[in-house]
Amino acid sequence: MAELQQRTLDALQKNEGWLLQAWNVDLAGSGADQDRRMSAEELGQQTADFLQLLVKGVRQGGGAGITDEAWAAARGFLEKLSRSRALQGFESQHTANFIFSLKRPLFTLLQRDLSDDPRLLAEQLWAISEILDMLGLFTVASFQKSREEVIRRQQEELLELSTPVVKLWDGVLALPMIGTLDSQRTQVVMESLLERIVETGSEIAIIDITGVPTVDTLVAQHLLKTVTAIRLMGADCIISGVRPQIAQTIVHLGLDLQGIVTKANLADALALALKRTGLSVVKA
Amino acid sequence: MSVRNQGIVPIRVEQDVVLARQAVRKLAQECGLRLVDQTKLITAASELARNAVIYGGGGDMDWQILDEEGRSGLRLTFRDEGPGIGDIRQAMTDGWSSGTGLGLGLSGAKRLVSEFELDSAPGKGTRVSIARWT
Repeated sequence: MAELQQRTLDALQKNEGWLLQAWNVDLAGSGADQDRRMSAEELGQQTADFLQLLVKGVRQGGGAGITDEAWAAARGFLEKLSRSRALQGFESQHTANFIFSLKRPLFTLLQRDLSDDPRLLAEQLWAISEILDMLGLFTVASFQKSREEVIRRQQEELLELSTPVVKLWDGVLALPMIGTLDSQRTQVVMESLLERIVETGSEIAIIDITGVPTVDTLVAQHLLKTVTAIRLMGADCIISGVRPQIAQTIVHLGLDLQGIVTKANLADALALALKRTGLSVVKA
Repeated sequence: MSVRNQGIVPIRVEQDVVLARQAVRKLAQECGLRLVDQTKLITAASELARNAVIYGGGGDMDWQILDEEGRSGLRLTFRDEGPGIGDIRQAMTDGWSSGTGLGLGLSGAKRLVSEFELDSAPGKGTRVSIARWT
């Protein structure tokens, strides 16, 4: 890896103001300042802050990569920048351009100041280019990490959202299940259902699987466990929403759901639940 | 028999099982399978994909839409490089599981499809091929 020479560092330090200006012009040229998600002042502040950190980084760390202590502040800044860009909904390409648009001004500057020594110029261009590439890649990596965090948070929110336990009648609870019953979600579902049974003193819980597209052995195992747990608490459980194709699949799979009361739809399940609690529905 | 279309779906982690299932659903619809047959094939695929992840440490699902004498079918092949199955007869027995499952995945999957081929040996990984025709 090429080292940055003192002449380069001097040139950088001396021309910080010019660099900043040229960088801002380049960024504006790529349309970054036209974006309404971020004001021109904000962008200007970010470029100024980062340029200072960059100069500090190359002065202390030389050209030996950006993973050491000298670059800690610059890395921290880029992480923060990537996160805010991700939250504002920018593209990764746009975020990386923040760094890469600094290349042209830097190259121009070096070409001007080191033109008397072509060998040194080539070497220094390579060194500075390497640093910028690493910074750019680092920015993209942290941008992606922030995006993934957003996705993970949404997944967790979905986990909570998708498990509503509703009260259909005094003593009758229903749990309409929707989507994939993976083990993590089933765990949450089961917990909230068991808690609601205790809270409401319900005698019958109806688990509706109309919204579950596939009932395989794992889903069945989860259902069986839930039913057993409900029974242990002294309540009873009805599984509703068993569609014809699901019923046939369960038979072929060889699943034994005997001893569990199942119904084709929620209405039938509710009617049965009311009957069991000693209620009947009559026309007024 | 001619191959109309084919592709590969990676199954590396638990979430990929869901994606594989969705892929099979789309393919089964494209292939013209009836709803019951779709559901059966999807459920079988779900079992085999999960086996590939849990016991095989991840693998791939190859799919082929086939045409033959006025009927079409969907063939799925699940491959993994896992430890393989030592006793295939035991593995195909209802209620037997080397893990914590119900022990119905492999045998149940066989009952859900019209063609079933299992190829495995200890240390050689596992290959299960299933097909369902219209």
